[in-house]
Amino acid sequence: MEKFGQHGYYRGKVVPLDRDNVDTDAIIPKQFLKSIKRTGFGENLFDEWRYLDQGEPGQDCSQRPLNPDFVLNQVRYQGATILLARNNFGCGSSREHAPWALQQYGLRALVAPSFADIFFNNCYKNGLLPVVLDEAIVAHCFEQAAAIPDYHLSIDLAAQHVIDADGTAYPFEITAFRKDCLLQGLDEIGLTLRHQDEIATYHSARQARHPWLAGGA
Amino acid sequence: MSSTQPRTLYDKLWDSHVVRVEDDGTAILYIDRHFLNEVSSPQAFEGLRLSGRRVWHAAAAVGVSDHNVPTTARAGGIADPISRLQVETLDANCDSNGILQFKMNDQRQGIEHVVGPEQGLSLPGMTIVCGDSHTSTHGAFGALAFGIGTSEVEHVLATQTLLQKKSRAMQIRVHGAIPNGCYAKDLVLALIGLIGTDGGTGYAIEFAGPTIAALSMEGRMTVCNMAIEAGARAGMVAVDETTIAYLRDRPYAPSGAAWDAALADWRDLHSDAGAVFDRVVEFDASTLVPQVSWGTSPEMVTTVDGTVPDPTAQPDPIKRAAQVRALQYMGLEGGTPIQQIALDKIFIGSCTNSRIEDLRAAAAVVRHYAARGQAHIAANIKLAMVVPGSGLVKAQAEREGLDQVFLDAGFEWRDAGCSMCMAMNADRLAPQERCASTSNRNFEGRQGAGGRTHLVSPAMAAAAAMAGHFADVRGVAPSHAARY
Repeated sequence: MEKFGQHGYYRGKVVPLDRDNVDTDAIIPKQFLKSIKRTGFGENLFDEWRYLDQGEPGQDCSQRPLNPDFVLNQVRYQGATILLARNNFGCGSSREHAPWALQQYGLRALVAPSFADIFFNNCYKNGLLPVVLDEAIVAHCFEQAAAIPDYHLSIDLAAQHVIDADGTAYPFEITAFRKDCLLQGLDEIGLTLRHQDEIATYHSARQARHPWLAGGA
Repeated sequence: MSSTQPRTLYDKLWDSHVVRVEDDGTAILYIDRHFLNEVSSPQAFEGLRLSGRRVWHAAAAVGVSDHNVPTTARAGGIADPISRLQVETLDANCDSNGILQFKMNDQRQGIEHVVGPEQGLSLPGMTIVCGDSHTSTHGAFGALAFGIGTSEVEHVLATQTLLQKKSRAMQIRVHGAIPNGCYAKDLVLALIGLIGTDGGTGYAIEFAGPTIAALSMEGRMTVCNMAIEAGARAGMVAVDETTIAYLRDRPYAPSGAAWDAALADWRDLHSDAGAVFDRVVEFDASTLVPQVSWGTSPEMVTTVDGTVPDPTAQPDPIKRAAQVRALQYMGLEGGTPIQQIALDKIFIGSCTNSRIEDLRAAAAVVRHYAARGQAHIAANIKLAMVVPGSGLVKAQAEREGLDQVFLDAGFEWRDAGCSMCMAMNADRLAPQERCASTSNRNFEGRQGAGGRTHLVSPAMAAAAAMAGHFADVRGVAPSHAARY
């Protein structure tokens, strides 16, 4: 996995997506889930909101009509790498194509009052940092994003702070394990396999205690 | 926590699967059963290959293609080459790793969350995962079951474990008899309407109380299936005689001495008296009225005798904006009576409502209309389709003559798969088409770009097909005893 930022420090332009309950079907519609690859999803991020025509796999997206009302298409938010969102972002389907699409579009962090559980988990596996801040702070950031052209936020992952344009630092929570993985770009499977003897011991004991599981399928 | 303290069902399932815990609470959690579908697994197998890793315990995994498979003319294969490649990739990955699979033309094929329980592959006390959010369904068996992403699919394949932090525990206690004309679907939609689409975020939900105990396994699966629509990764129900009766003699359930040993173990799979939950919600099911979703989030539900809400009455500006946007997308105006909403298509199926009891409930409504002289679906219905959850559900329904009830009335009777719940195959809505659907998500574009989904029970969907608009099944099938 890619490391997050420069020694965990990252500064980026903010794009505000002002709606609750943005679901993963909206983030990446189902027709793009037929791919057996992990890449190529960025240009179909928010496809139904972003383009005026119907999206299908294999299109040349540079030729498609953009929806001028959609925030990601507005000139002032071009080059944004931090998405500001509302409650329950990423709800619905477990598709990891959603964080893949966000990441491949160029986003590095998401800031919202809450995220859906599966999506939240999936983000970390891809070096995309979901930050939960208090609803009032997020509301303030939305106001700033509307008022200040070229509004940027900084994220200091090591210190667990989001730093606002005026220097105010907002603390956020993250587990020590996830923080380490992001700071060092660690491979979770490799980390787990360091405990493979313990897993094997557990596995044998479990199958012995529950013989009906031993044959499995 | 010492073993003498009362524990929740979730505590018991969690504790029995922890291999080790790190200082920050991150646990290595052992996984007993891993279902694989064609959509979320190809990149996981590819990741294994690229890192030179092997499948840890192939016998724990079961593959079934369901999202992309056609529901008609299967013998001719899959026409869409991209869908076909995805299904063939799952076939090849299962074959080369020695993983049990129910292939597309196997009668046991179907929606993974229907097939697993039906085959006795989802058992009490298990941890069950799958790269699909509706894996919560299997929690109906007293299991800890939840959806995961593709990286986690790879993690389970490589290590037979997941890195997890324990969720908080919520119990939803339901009492009161479910009224005639209402079903498990109405119950869970009402619960989501009550606690909200993020009300269960961060929680594992146990559904309990006399009403849940009175539900069939099919009904419990419907309820647990939609726990994720309330934001909870896992929903679960304690093991009781209903669970055990369902599992007895299932193909992959234990038998003989192993069955007896399993029973002794399973009977402890309930929350102890006095177990403490982080949140408890009480609900009286006797107040239920058939539910219809009107918006683009499963929490946007009302009753069949109600009206579409008026956003100007909503004080919270963010919620008001969401309502306005939802009504615009849905092509509805605030104040419209639900029963005046006309429909274009009807979808009866999905991992929520495609089991035999669902099809029986829908067929009973169709028969009721036929007995009163209306033999055919309404003229404005362009397509009404019934998609059984598995080939075996389909066969069972045909033995009971349900297929003929549907076909005589003008419904299409299809082969098993996810179908128009998420429209990855050819079954989908055209822009602005309106559908009464027994599925689980009414998100924008879920059933096809621009399509408009209303979530309902199978009986309500059948009534909508016959009436051409939403109709109150309490008046249509009054004699139908709603036990699920």
